[in-house]
Amino acid sequence: MRPIHSLLIANRGEIASRIQRTTRALGIVSVAVYSDADAGAPFVRSADRALRIGPAESRQSYLDIERLLDAARRSGADAVHPGFGFLAENADFAQAVLDAGLLWVGPPPSAIAAMGSKREAKRIAVAADVPVIAGGTALDQSTAALIEEARGVGLPVLIKASAGGGGKGMRIVKTEAELEAAIDGARREAKSAFGDDTLLVEKYVERPRHVEIQILGDRHGQLVHLFERECSIQRRHQKIVEEAPSPALSPELRGAMGAAAVRVGRAVGYENAGTVEFILAPDGDFYFLEVNTRLQVEHPVTESIVGLDLVKEQLRIAEGAPLAFRQEQLAIRGAAIEVRLYAEDADKDFLPTTGTIAAYREPSIPGVRVDSGIEAGFEVGIHYDPMLAKIIAHADSRVEAARLLHYALGELVVAGVTTNRELLRRILLHPAFLAGDTHTHFLDEHLAGPAAETAHAPEWAAIAATVADVESRRRQRRVLPALAPGFSNNRTSPERAEFALGSERVEVEYRPRAGGLEISAGGVASVVSNVTLSDDETTVSFEDASGVRRRAFVARREPMTYVQLDGRAFALESLPRFPSAVAEVEPGACVAPMPGKVVRVLAEPGAEVDAGQTLVILEAMKMEHSVKALTAGFVHRVLVLEGEQVQAEAVLAVVSVERPDG
Amino acid sequence: MQPEPYPVIVSPIDRKSDAFRKNYDENGQTLERLNDALAKARAGGGERYTTRHLEAGKLLPRQRVELLLDRDSHFLELCALAGHEVDDHATGASNIGGIGLVSGVEVLITASEATVKGGAVNELGVRKAARLAEIAEQNRLPSISVIESAGADLPNQHKIFVPGGRGFRELTRRSEARMPTICVVCGSSTAGGAYIPGMSDYVIMVRNQAQVYLAGPPLVKMATGEETDHEELGGAEMHSKISGVSDYLAEDERHALRLAREIVAHLSWRKLGPEPLRDVEPPRYDPDELLGIASSDLKVPFDSRDVIARIVDGSRFSEFKALYGNTLICGWAHVHGYPVGILANNGILFSESANKGAQFIQLCNQTSTPLVFLQNITGFMVGKKYEQEGIIKHGAKMINAVSNSTVPAFTIMTGASFGAGNYAMCGRAYEPRFLFAWPNHRIAVMGGKQLAGVLEIIRREAAAKRGQEVDEQQLEMAKQMIELKIGQESDPLFATARLWDDGVIDPRHTREVLAIALSAAHSAAVEGSTRWGVFRH
Repeated sequence: MRPIHSLLIANRGEIASRIQRTTRALGIVSVAVYSDADAGAPFVRSADRALRIGPAESRQSYLDIERLLDAARRSGADAVHPGFGFLAENADFAQAVLDAGLLWVGPPPSAIAAMGSKREAKRIAVAADVPVIAGGTALDQSTAALIEEARGVGLPVLIKASAGGGGKGMRIVKTEAELEAAIDGARREAKSAFGDDTLLVEKYVERPRHVEIQILGDRHGQLVHLFERECSIQRRHQKIVEEAPSPALSPELRGAMGAAAVRVGRAVGYENAGTVEFILAPDGDFYFLEVNTRLQVEHPVTESIVGLDLVKEQLRIAEGAPLAFRQEQLAIRGAAIEVRLYAEDADKDFLPTTGTIAAYREPSIPGVRVDSGIEAGFEVGIHYDPMLAKIIAHADSRVEAARLLHYALGELVVAGVTTNRELLRRILLHPAFLAGDTHTHFLDEHLAGPAAETAHAPEWAAIAATVADVESRRRQRRVLPALAPGFSNNRTSPERAEFALGSERVEVEYRPRAGGLEISAGGVASVVSNVTLSDDETTVSFEDASGVRRRAFVARREPMTYVQLDGRAFALESLPRFPSAVAEVEPGACVAPMPGKVVRVLAEPGAEVDAGQTLVILEAMKMEHSVKALTAGFVHRVLVLEGEQVQAEAVLAVVSVERPDG
Repeated sequence: MQPEPYPVIVSPIDRKSDAFRKNYDENGQTLERLNDALAKARAGGGERYTTRHLEAGKLLPRQRVELLLDRDSHFLELCALAGHEVDDHATGASNIGGIGLVSGVEVLITASEATVKGGAVNELGVRKAARLAEIAEQNRLPSISVIESAGADLPNQHKIFVPGGRGFRELTRRSEARMPTICVVCGSSTAGGAYIPGMSDYVIMVRNQAQVYLAGPPLVKMATGEETDHEELGGAEMHSKISGVSDYLAEDERHALRLAREIVAHLSWRKLGPEPLRDVEPPRYDPDELLGIASSDLKVPFDSRDVIARIVDGSRFSEFKALYGNTLICGWAHVHGYPVGILANNGILFSESANKGAQFIQLCNQTSTPLVFLQNITGFMVGKKYEQEGIIKHGAKMINAVSNSTVPAFTIMTGASFGAGNYAMCGRAYEPRFLFAWPNHRIAVMGGKQLAGVLEIIRREAAAKRGQEVDEQQLEMAKQMIELKIGQESDPLFATARLWDDGVIDPRHTREVLAIALSAAHSAAVEGSTRWGVFRH
């Protein structure tokens, strides 16, 4: 037993905060490390100690082993927790930590190495009598060899990065024609995300569920499983809804999968927390996928149903303590569901979004847990993973947990950045989800299009924004602040407030009326009265004409007003009363959909292009985005160079139908 | 330490009583007349000219005013019905004027009603402009004029030319008194009109719209033979780049209005009057009830305490000399945080009430407290007893006090305004800062019936002297004629059309109107006098 006194958390954001919660409870000094981009982040402030380790670029900060070890030395930490992502599954890092005489909170480097190669992991699983999926055996990384393997296992196949996870460098290929392009793309992404472009080609199972088993092993040979988590609902191969237990597992299947997971763990001498991932086919057959040799993002659902703190268990194991329980003592209590709140636009192909969190408030509801690393004012940038928070609900039954989580998501205030909350709430209400009928194509099958518009929700949001604005202006007014806003003894037209909501325009008109405002927007007309605005001007409430009190959260950041009403967020841009005659974007201009780095410029000035032809490839948030010609024509100008960093809406190239001069 | 709060007036009203319902209905009808007239003012030159104006890509004059104002700003329109049903005039007298907030500053805004005869200036328009200028000056308000005017209404030039010159003098006098004047030229501003921008401190001209010159191209050609066009003679660009008559070249009207707002922002305006209290309690009684309280029949008296209770903060009123001269109620209250001394008629004026009023006005001046007069007065008491006790000298004391008072005064005509009572209660001639009337009010030297009665007595006496029979039919006709004429001429819309007041208001808006006027008056220093004319005791 070697007790930990000071723990360096080699990670950032939500997981760093999560680990600190446990260190505090155990009396362990937490040490945060941060890049320049995170200097003001909550996890830095809440840590007992914090050290800067480099610039925003991960390679020079959170992925730089030397800097991390230096930070551990300088801070006097005696152990390192890698969190998840970054170097969590890097055997070299684990070894370096151990070599530096520090405790490593994770499995031995040998286990990480063994499981780090998917091919090797598969071999071990087969040896441990655990079913695996066909493919993934090609040693030759040439495109030809990978295509050959794909033919061998038969289409459809899944191409994925050997080193990776989280959907990066992953492609499903259904026709041979797509194979080569998919391999190239996956390779590029793998290289950029993990620094290793080794690929695997595997048989692809249709309508599968993703079921994983949490395992926990001590240094004394005890290895248990903490039941399963189902993480079938994914977008872009990345989990967004996770739950425990899985509605698809019978006790028998649970036992069989748990035992298989423990066999894999034993085969590599697993210690500490890990996850054995399986594909569960509709017929009940399961196939070993891989082992994640770290704590998982979705670990809270397991914590909820077994009543354990997994980080605490990890730390105790690292200290050398034996597990305090045996397999038979573990039981499932209730059901827990987690959703991942991402800064992304579900209606725009889950494109990551950026911006400043204008307002953020976590709900305080019994049975609901929120793990997050953000706060109001936080910049959601392009450097790191766009996950903002995880919200977990635990209840007696799965359906109750879903209802609670749906409610909690509505109470969570997050504004300023487009998130996937609406999609998450739709999933939680969906009959197929409530019936437990989940699989990895759930979203495509059930929720592919944008949500049907609820009755006048944007109009009410604009009304709420206007009412808050009026009240706020009234407070600031030095002349007659108690006078009814807009009072006149001979008023000609109502006061107007115009907003842009995406591409829509909402015009609000209002007039003072005894005790309130007569207000209209679009097809909504009402009289609002008894307006209250909280002192921090974030909560506005008012009675509508039917006497129903409505409550909305508002956050104003000129020219934006962010409104959250009935669990939905709206970003309203106030249109100026005195618009200046600034030129609009010129026709034919191809703009960056988001901030990013130009990785390839394919357009050449003067060249003839087809509509939809890729002109520029941007890399943002580790993903590639093709900027395409909107119309067929000629490239008139190219305004960026490879390697250049560009802002959202920046014009990258201009295409016109007219042939350029000369 | 908190000051002792004033007691709350107890003023329960039975909304179901016959008197209340009668007043409410009849006042509602007169309000409709008022609102119809106001709608006429808002309609400007009517649909045809309004459409033509909009089609020219221009903002309507009232849109200009509303865009100039801060969001949610109040706008107290003044003399909105000047010229209403007066020959050769449109309702509003081709001019819009009022007080509102621009960049957080209370300013006096005027705008040419360009849809009425091209914004040409007429007789009452000149008088209205003079009154608005007076309001700006007395209350120390920066002013913004939005100009688009064809100049003088030429067929009526004889009524305009001489008094019209005063407007230019007032502009520069206000400038001298550090009350900045801003002029936005959206259209034609020629001949004499060219001196409005000429005399203003700041001039903004709208590109391709403003035309400012002493004489247009035809007149120039006639006078000197020179061939020229509007733009090079007086266009916005020329004045901004060559002559320097314009300080800012605006791309369009919105730009011009934004520039005017920007100019006000740099004035670093500070009000000189004391700040009001921040915590403002609304009245405890519904102002809507004023419609049922104000008598539609002036013969029926009403308790002005019920009016005060629906106007002042928290319905709180600290009454002075409650047991003495009780036909004049005096006391202190707040309106939107501003302290005021209120004098309200509760019957005709007697010697005691006049003396009480004089003393109260002196007390308010001693503490620089503005005065509010709630006028409902048929006159001073007449008769031997009263003449012998010297009601003239007592009334004179009150008129002396009103005349020499220097605190801002605000008069609301809530009912009758007859005879010398009008004077003692700070009628127009006594220069209250603002004077507004309720639609039920009547103003004249005396009531039509009384005048007809006086006429009858005189005629009968004259006939008797001559030993003649009175032609009863003729006398009856003459009585009816005079009663009708007085009735028409004491009508509030007749009065307001001739600028006898600053506007007829909905009684339910009295508190708001008073608050805006009070606040505007506090732009200037508020200082009471201790110097008075000789009081005859």
